[in-house]
Amino acid sequence: MTGLRRACAVGWRHYLGPMERDKTYDLATGAGLMACPLCDALHVEEDLDPGETARCVRCGTVLAKPRDGAFAQLIALAFTSMVLLVGAVFFPFLEVSTMGFGNASSLFDVALAFADGVLLPLVIAVLAMIIGLPITRSFLLVYTLVPLAQGRPPHRHAARAFRWSEILRPWSMAEIFVIGTAVALVKVAGLATVHLGPAFWAFCALIFVNLASRAFMCQTSIWDAIEDAGVRTTFGPDPVRPGPARTDPPALARDA
Amino acid sequence: MSAPTDQPAAPVLTAHRAGLIGCHRCGRVWPLEQDRCRRCGAHLVPPDRRGLQKVWAWWLAGIIAYIPANVFPMMSTRTFAGLAGNSEATILGGVMELIHYGSWDIAIIVFVASVIVPVGKFIAIAWLAIVAGRPATTDQAHTRLKIYEVVEFIGRWSMIDVFVVAILSALVQLGFVASIHPGPAAVSFALSVAFTMLSAQSFDARLIWRGLPLRSRR
Repeated sequence: MTGLRRACAVGWRHYLGPMERDKTYDLATGAGLMACPLCDALHVEEDLDPGETARCVRCGTVLAKPRDGAFAQLIALAFTSMVLLVGAVFFPFLEVSTMGFGNASSLFDVALAFADGVLLPLVIAVLAMIIGLPITRSFLLVYTLVPLAQGRPPHRHAARAFRWSEILRPWSMAEIFVIGTAVALVKVAGLATVHLGPAFWAFCALIFVNLASRAFMCQTSIWDAIEDAGVRTTFGPDPVRPGPARTDPPALARDA
Repeated sequence: MSAPTDQPAAPVLTAHRAGLIGCHRCGRVWPLEQDRCRRCGAHLVPPDRRGLQKVWAWWLAGIIAYIPANVFPMMSTRTFAGLAGNSEATILGGVMELIHYGSWDIAIIVFVASVIVPVGKFIAIAWLAIVAGRPATTDQAHTRLKIYEVVEFIGRWSMIDVFVVAILSALVQLGFVASIHPGPAAVSFALSVAFTMLSAQSFDARLIWRGLPLRSRR
């Protein structure tokens, strides 16, 4: 069984009923259960077909939406985003000219505009938000997903990498930057002529790449794939999660 | 699959009530004594009102940073080496200027992004933090969750104004003719947005869903 197939086939849908019979979950250790991150309602993990969407019974938050081939798509999109970002850094972003005075600026110029004195921290922040974090996220995602997509055990820090990729998500602001550019263009239009450079279009393309990436992203599937592919996560001295597809050796002891 | 949202409002067993603790990042459920999610490594926090301290702290920091952001100029424009005018625009001043030039659409974008959204966010987060954990009906909880999601989604868009200033000051460096420099308000505005984002992120949405008593079960 490949990691990819397994990841797509895991989901949660059932409201937790009376807690007897089925041994797929354990109310003492929490194995085989999932809590909605937004409302804490307990759900039993259950296999989900690709294309299905599992929603929380109480608040309706999407818990899992596995898609066929999602990992490969996400990897491809992450690479696309890297290429676009590198292009966005090195190509000119905007060029402005008026009365014979011209000024072409790349993204580094944009950030360096803040480089004097007290505004220096903002340079780093702006650069990070529009280039640094998106590129970091792409790397983290590739690092996490490539072994999983190939059905190999994940890299050592896969869980940490993916967690950071999720933490950084709200802070990578490429799409907001594009809107900001549009506003700036209107403001400057009366003052000078502006030519859009390749980097600007790279950012526009990045918006669509991000949207597509979001559509394929199912965090629960990825977490589950990481877990199933061999990162030891069981709790307590005895093996839990007696799901049929569980092939990795049980954890020997708690290590905390 | 069945549509679970249509199910009757049967009492829903939460991880907390079951004596377990759910990871707010990956959803994995652990015994109460676990303090770190063994799957994703996130800290496990029980859904109680103690977590609100963090929300209030970031919220206050955001408000404090928002004051200089409105008082000081966002950027200063020098045209013809200062001969044709040396103007400094605050956030509201910039909006006024845009309206003056007739670009209503952009004025509205800037006004919404840098005034309405931040102020609305301060109010919304404060309200959520005040009512969090108070007994609520299901409908009220749904409303609160919706507001929370809107706040989380919209918060980052306030950064537009910071980016505008950055782009303008990089772009408009035309020597004698015109030049634009960022003002101190750009930094404090960026900080304010970042603080409110952190405030919204540290709000535990699970509190919305439970008329959680002040006592903790731990």
